[in-house]
Amino acid sequence: MAARRSRIPATKYPVEQFTLDNGLRVVLTPDRSAPVIGVAVVYDVGIRSEPEGRTGFAHLFEHLMFQGSENLEKLAHFRHVQGAGGTFNGSTHLDYTDYFETLPSNALERALFLEADRMRGPRLTEENLRNQVDVVKEEIRVNVLNRPYGGFPWLTLPPVMFDTFPNAHDGYGSFDDLESATVADAADFFRRYYASGNAVLAVSGDIDVAEATELVNRHFGDVPSRPAPQRPDFTEPDLSAERRTSYTDALAPLPAVAGAWRVPDPVTDFAGYLPYVVLAEVLTDGDASRLVERLVQRDRMVTTLGGYLGFMGDPFDVRDPTALLLQAHLPPGGDVDKVLRTIDEELDRLATDGLTDGELARTQARMATHLLRDTDAVLGRALRMAVLEQQRGEPGLLNELPRLVGEVTDEQVRAAAATLRPERRAAIEVIPGGAR
Amino acid sequence: MTGTVAAAPRTLPPLGPTRKLKVPKQAERTLRNGLTVIAVRRPAVPLVELRLWVPFGRVHLARGAMLSQTMLSGTGSMTSVQIAAELQKVGGGLSAGVDPDRLMVSGAGLVTGLDRMLELLAEVLTGASYPSDEVANERDRLVDRIQVAQSQPAHLAREALLKRIYGRHPYATQTPEPGQIRAVRPAALRALHAERVHPTGAQLVLVGDVQPEKALDAAERALGGWSGAGRTAELPATPPLEPGPLLLVDRPGSVQSSLRIALPAVSRTDPDHAPLQLANLIFGGYFSSRWVENIREDKGYTYGPHSVIEHSVAGSVLVAAAEVATEVTGPALLETTYELGRLASLPPKPEELEQARQYALGTLQLGMSTQAGLAALTSAYAGNGLRLDFLAEYAARLAKASVDDVAQAAARYLAPARAAMVVLGDAERVAPGLAALTTVHTESPA
Repeated sequence: MAARRSRIPATKYPVEQFTLDNGLRVVLTPDRSAPVIGVAVVYDVGIRSEPEGRTGFAHLFEHLMFQGSENLEKLAHFRHVQGAGGTFNGSTHLDYTDYFETLPSNALERALFLEADRMRGPRLTEENLRNQVDVVKEEIRVNVLNRPYGGFPWLTLPPVMFDTFPNAHDGYGSFDDLESATVADAADFFRRYYASGNAVLAVSGDIDVAEATELVNRHFGDVPSRPAPQRPDFTEPDLSAERRTSYTDALAPLPAVAGAWRVPDPVTDFAGYLPYVVLAEVLTDGDASRLVERLVQRDRMVTTLGGYLGFMGDPFDVRDPTALLLQAHLPPGGDVDKVLRTIDEELDRLATDGLTDGELARTQARMATHLLRDTDAVLGRALRMAVLEQQRGEPGLLNELPRLVGEVTDEQVRAAAATLRPERRAAIEVIPGGAR
Repeated sequence: MTGTVAAAPRTLPPLGPTRKLKVPKQAERTLRNGLTVIAVRRPAVPLVELRLWVPFGRVHLARGAMLSQTMLSGTGSMTSVQIAAELQKVGGGLSAGVDPDRLMVSGAGLVTGLDRMLELLAEVLTGASYPSDEVANERDRLVDRIQVAQSQPAHLAREALLKRIYGRHPYATQTPEPGQIRAVRPAALRALHAERVHPTGAQLVLVGDVQPEKALDAAERALGGWSGAGRTAELPATPPLEPGPLLLVDRPGSVQSSLRIALPAVSRTDPDHAPLQLANLIFGGYFSSRWVENIREDKGYTYGPHSVIEHSVAGSVLVAAAEVATEVTGPALLETTYELGRLASLPPKPEELEQARQYALGTLQLGMSTQAGLAALTSAYAGNGLRLDFLAEYAARLAKASVDDVAQAAARYLAPARAAMVVLGDAERVAPGLAALTTVHTESPA
């Protein structure tokens, strides 16, 4: 079939940026096509920054940020956002923690007030801490302990690939560490990391830039100034020999495996990193992708297969060190070694023979759809721009991503595939203990 | 950090004026073959969303599931890889799924590829060939996936609840057993496709950067030739909910219990719907609800309790769900029935109602603000015989529901005496606590 190339479209979201005297960076991106807004505040602190002996603390602290603040009682934040017709949440990542709401646009000032209030100071009380430790334990039970494949591979693979505490520890945390966390720990964590100079505010959607600027100044202008802490170096050397481990999951009915290889620095070497983002899709996006076609359809070695960048599937909001991951569930009695060998074989074939006619172009077209779809929601746009500003000082990169993905060449994808050697791979196998 | 800043208290800024709900531009056409096409314009990104709803009630469970897994596996002239590659070329993708009401084909792609996506959809609808090799492969994969699902507590609790509330109705069992899947042959899929995958009564929704009339033309060009008379099947109305003993399903070693409570509900067009929706929000339908504030934010029993009204073609039901720590299973049920009973017997506070009302109205705006959200909403409405203009009517009903209306709806639908309850958990550890509150009937999992 001839390779008819789809034109890769771009977005033109306008971007206004400024920095307040207290160091808070602000990104505004107006779009008046629907009467809704997205508001995101992103702090430059994540799982990698939590202290030793305090696993899970960054995430626990995220919960505490919802438990009342200077002028707001416990529960008030939820009620004020939802009582304005909006929804909210927060999430903790390896390199950042975000807080966000999406609302009808008449609630803009309210949302800014709520975020500014907790940036000045959350109410860190013993009672709230104990309550949220209980809630977080239930969250871990739901997502990890009471379900098959819980935490696979995002919690189970990093300790195989990495050696230092920041990169290797369990970001959800141990119950022991969570239970022994104190209010003083929380106050300290807030002072250190939740500084105005360590945060980015992004507002997207149905806003007037001048009015929004005025409101941002009004509510955030007097947040006390504190500089961003020095970010430690989390670098680790690449693997020089294959690492492999396994564990039995008492609840899992079928075997599973995940493998990962380190990739170039996503921030300082974006051009070197992008081909890996494309490669993951060439390998695993849909029935026409290389590994699905081979492993799922032809050889029937696996039941499901996925590939992505970043342990949390976050190619454009993670810093170095990170990885390209492939994960698969196998049929009963499936052979994990054979799956890994076949992946190696396909990577070799790609590195040696290159891509087929049109293979890259069609993958890029579909990646463009995914990128555009993710940012169609005002909140998706605000969150993505906030992190791009925080990690790169470049929120407008969002508009460029479909085009940049489209410019990756056959040769670059082929060269990326050539680096995914078995001796650089970390892999983890789930042994089913739950077959009935 | 209390006390670090000694400023005067700040007050919450008021909300600005509300912007009225504006239903986007749309067009509709029923083709000669019986397919209804609805196109909605939302040009925010250069994409188009596609949803095809084919009525699929009373279809053999295993064959229906297998049909959705293999429909895109090949046609007379294309292999599954070719179909996927051709879709990819225009940034598109299609997938199919079933539930007891419908077969749904969904996709999205670059708007420049709309014609091509529709052509490929037509190719599959009129020419799906169910090749033996692919069917055999997908059969094995589906069996594996069902096995994984059956190890998930949320899935097991759902299965037990459906059986408990629907009895002999077709909604009672929605996941086939592996043995039934293994028995499905390609010939049966071809026969099912011929019999039930036809345009009569089906709805195609297209939402995105399109001129609605032009999108209808494109759909007519591509799908006008999809024909084939076939059978349709009406689902019987769902049976009334029967309260009774709590059904405890044993899952030895569980560190949490899955609590499920079903209560009666009404369809979207029923006059009680809007007040019931508000009563549900006040009880447990959003984060700022009594149930969440009680069992999560006060007592720390659970992470994400929620309740929701589920609408199916043959009936509606309210389902409350929470995963709670094993050791507090009894107390969590106590607080749950307490909150239901309190709302059923005492009117909500006016400010509580206003908060829920604003949430309901605001999330309508949010739901319509993306192409994917609009497509999901338009398709769900169309499948139940409604159109987008119902949104405005629904918003008006939400706006005028009074405290009395909501109190009456709560008394009518949320009373704990009307509930059907299921708990999945470690029976040995949780049965005594539950038995202190209600009659318990214990079952081992199927």
